Amino acid sequence: MKCTINGIECEFNPGQTILEIATKYNIFIPTLCYLKKSSAPTGKCNICAVEIVGKDELVRACVTEAEDGMEILTESDKCIIHRREILENLLAMGYHDCPTCPIPGSCELQDLVFRYGAKGIDFTKAKKEYVVKYITPFIRWDSSKCVQCGRCIQACFDVQVNNAIRIFEVDGDAKKVEDREFEESKVESRRIIERLKADFKEPILPAPDENFCVSCGECVQACPVGALKSSFEWLGPKKWEMKRVVTTCSYCGVGCQLELYVKDNKVFLVNGADRAPNHGSLCVKGRFGFRFISADDRLKKPLIKENGKFREASWDEALDFVAKRLSEIKANYGPDSIGVFASARITNEENYILQKFTRAVLGTNNIDHCARL
Amino acid sequence: MAGLAAAFGSGAMTNNIGDLENAEVILVTGSNTTENHPVISTFIKRAVKHKGAKLIVVDPRKIKLTEFADIWLRQNLGTDIAWINGMMHVIIKEDLLDKKFVEQRTEGFEELKKVVEKYTPEYVEKITSIPKEKLIEAARMYAKAKSAAICYTMGITQHITGTDNVKSLANLALLCGNLGIPGGGVNPLRGQNNVQGACDMGGLPNVYSGYQPVTNEEIREKMAKAWGVSQLPDKVGLKVTEMVPMALDKSIRALYIVGENPIVSDADISHVKKALESVDFLVVQDIFLTDTAKLADVVLPAAAFAEKDGTFTNTERRVSRVRKAIDPPGEAKADHEIICELATRMGYKMKYSNVEEIFEEIRKVTPSYAGITYARIEKEGLFWPCPEENHSGTPILHREKFPIGKGKFHAIEYLPPAEQIDEEYPLWLTTGRILYQYHTGTMTRRVEGLNKIAPECFVEISPTDAATYGLSDGDMVEVASRRGKVVAKVKVSDMARKGVIFMPFHYSEAPANMLTNPALDPVAGIPEYKVCAVKIAKVA
Ligand code: SF4
Ligand code: SF4
Repeated sequence: MKCTINGIECEFNPGQTILEIATKYNIFIPTLCYLKKSSAPTGKCNICAVEIVGKDELVRACVTEAEDGMEILTESDKCIIHRREILENLLAMGYHDCPTCPIPGSCELQDLVFRYGAKGIDFTKAKKEYVVKYITPFIRWDSSKCVQCGRCIQACFDVQVNNAIRIFEVDGDAKKVEDREFEESKVESRRIIERLKADFKEPILPAPDENFCVSCGECVQACPVGALKSSFEWLGPKKWEMKRVVTTCSYCGVGCQLELYVKDNKVFLVNGADRAPNHGSLCVKGRFGFRFISADDRLKKPLIKENGKFREASWDEALDFVAKRLSEIKANYGPDSIGVFASARITNEENYILQKFTRAVLGTNNIDHCARL
Repeated sequence: MAGLAAAFGSGAMTNNIGDLENAEVILVTGSNTTENHPVISTFIKRAVKHKGAKLIVVDPRKIKLTEFADIWLRQNLGTDIAWINGMMHVIIKEDLLDKKFVEQRTEGFEELKKVVEKYTPEYVEKITSIPKEKLIEAARMYAKAKSAAICYTMGITQHITGTDNVKSLANLALLCGNLGIPGGGVNPLRGQNNVQGACDMGGLPNVYSGYQPVTNEEIREKMAKAWGVSQLPDKVGLKVTEMVPMALDKSIRALYIVGENPIVSDADISHVKKALESVDFLVVQDIFLTDTAKLADVVLPAAAFAEKDGTFTNTERRVSRVRKAIDPPGEAKADHEIICELATRMGYKMKYSNVEEIFEEIRKVTPSYAGITYARIEKEGLFWPCPEENHSGTPILHREKFPIGKGKFHAIEYLPPAEQIDEEYPLWLTTGRILYQYHTGTMTRRVEGLNKIAPECFVEISPTDAATYGLSDGDMVEVASRRGKVVAKVKVSDMARKGVIFMPFHYSEAPANMLTNPALDPVAGIPEYKVCAVKIAKVA
């Protein structure tokens, strides 16, 4: 089947939404409440509304299936005016004083406000009794920035299934809105979002509950604004200042793909990379457990023990010494008197080199590693 | 590992992680997945929540996954063979087995049938304390599914019967034809980031990279030629667990330890410490001055993962890139650079201009990696076996046949744990990991936030036992086994069952492995970390 988006002819399969088709053809449609990995779009924010030629009402691209021959406009005047209005409402809902926000330059709301020319808020009228707190040592909640898009709810209930977000009444303080349904293991994110929608105007906001949150950070990665951010984003350099390197997590055997954000030879931030096996998801260790890399007590020089005490040595001295001692022991007691522990922590290339060294140079098969699962 | 290799001819996860979402039934045993493999647990939870998969959890502890489980079997520690045999007994008796699969793709069924005959649900209940109705229900659920996946970790392998436990799980999967199909499989979830890779690369005493045996002359000659040496040792080497006692009696004179901290991670660590102290020469290569490194004669500073290029192979056999993001601190160097320089100084020139060159050599001598190149895994990793460059990798093993031809049933009898509780040591201790710390804590304990959440070792104890011993949250207790004692804080929790306490092993100041039993699985050489007998007493 075929439709056109902004005059571009697009092929699609029945059942595909306008947003899916646009994404495939690299046509931008703004989204806030839509989370790719979630089981179903919530259609809550309305920002993705597009115009269909011949129809008065705009439709939401994230939930509307395309029809054969449909002519879709994503950036018509009508769309822009509609989006500007939504954005101005969103701005008025919170207290978006961007200079105090941890993520200037990587805020999706900020980008859209610029793009569609929305007016800022009247700070004299904006309410100021918001809550800013660390829910866990890693996760910082600033309720003044929340746009109630519900992405964090989808991230936590649909993707990670940690079911740790609850609804809070915010008025200087945050009071949890209790609901038995939220405590069930199979509760749908939709139920919670509906609950939020029902009280759209009231200051009730979603946030991680410290009693259930396991600091996986899925919600942090999903949050389009500065409402749920990590302590590292709050304290470190800004994302756009940093180089991004994709690599593999060094903790457990899942092998999650990470994006390391690097500046001045230091890792400041880790995000989940959208690749297999994890497709953006991480756990607390992979996402927040990276500070050991630059710990002060990292070994920086070879050490040789003399009279029971270590002293620093040059590489030349240390390696010559090791080579000499190993050669002596090999000569005196035979190659099988030497054993090597390989490691589940080092790379394949390093393990390969180590077994080659053990077998070809030391001349023994005494090589093994500690993690004999 | 050894168990799966005996049953199928390959010791790795049979199916890939993403495939868990295709399973109709998932059986998780001996794996606290949400804490030890958090991201894999999301696949399991999503399968249950969004795809209607059924979940069976078999675990003595009330782990998080039990909240998602349709059936939770709470067995006695160390009785896994009994419940698995029991399930097979029911499946055979009710004729729920996959006869076609058993006939065409397996051997040894008759012997298995004979052995499981006596494992009636009643008999199994006596050993495991799993109610017989529940066992029957679980057996039916597993057997009737079109595809059922099994996931397990150390809770299965770290027993003297570890290899037999694994073989038993393999039996169960073979019996129901759950191999070589999407949503099926027997999946050992590996604990450390590159255990799979360390094994694949020949970090084992009996094989070169790609599990090519050192005892095979043809292979030995191939490797000798590739490495430019006249000959290579033909005798199978020693396992870690054999090197340790041999260091004590001086038949091992030197140890070279890379990136491991056996002083905290190994069972009965006071013994390990003595062994490391008694060798003539100990070299430790690591990123921190670990407890193990402190004993060394020479310590060599290594680079951390973010400071070097290379590859890791994850638990699902996927080979992914590791990329250098920053330089190592001070004079620290990548492990391969150190080894190359050392080899050269010992008269064997080893030099590579970059890591990719090493990988190219690996491909050349390792058939299962031959088709993988850095260019191919630039975006996303590939699954071995990948024999050729136009091969797309193998996410699911054993599709048409097993590497050893037919899948082997192993008829196995239940054996009780090596150590039994008695009057003096009346409680069972089991050890494991927690979400916020990792292994011996070398890395995680240097992360402020993680330490804030999980600052210290604890002893998890059931409310019933806590009442018996007059303990409440926050009390300090001394836990003692026949090998040592450790003091830690009490955490009363219904995660523990009566008579069984749990301790994490990450903390070097309260090392749970002072207590654990080094009794070894005879085949795999894995110590029985998961069961030992202890006593506890409140510390005033
Ligand atoms: S950090 Fe993870 S567990 Fe906590 S609320 Fe966010 S998504 Fe849920
Ligand atoms: S992010 Fe967590 S689950 Fe993923 S590999 Fe790292 S430790 Fe494992």
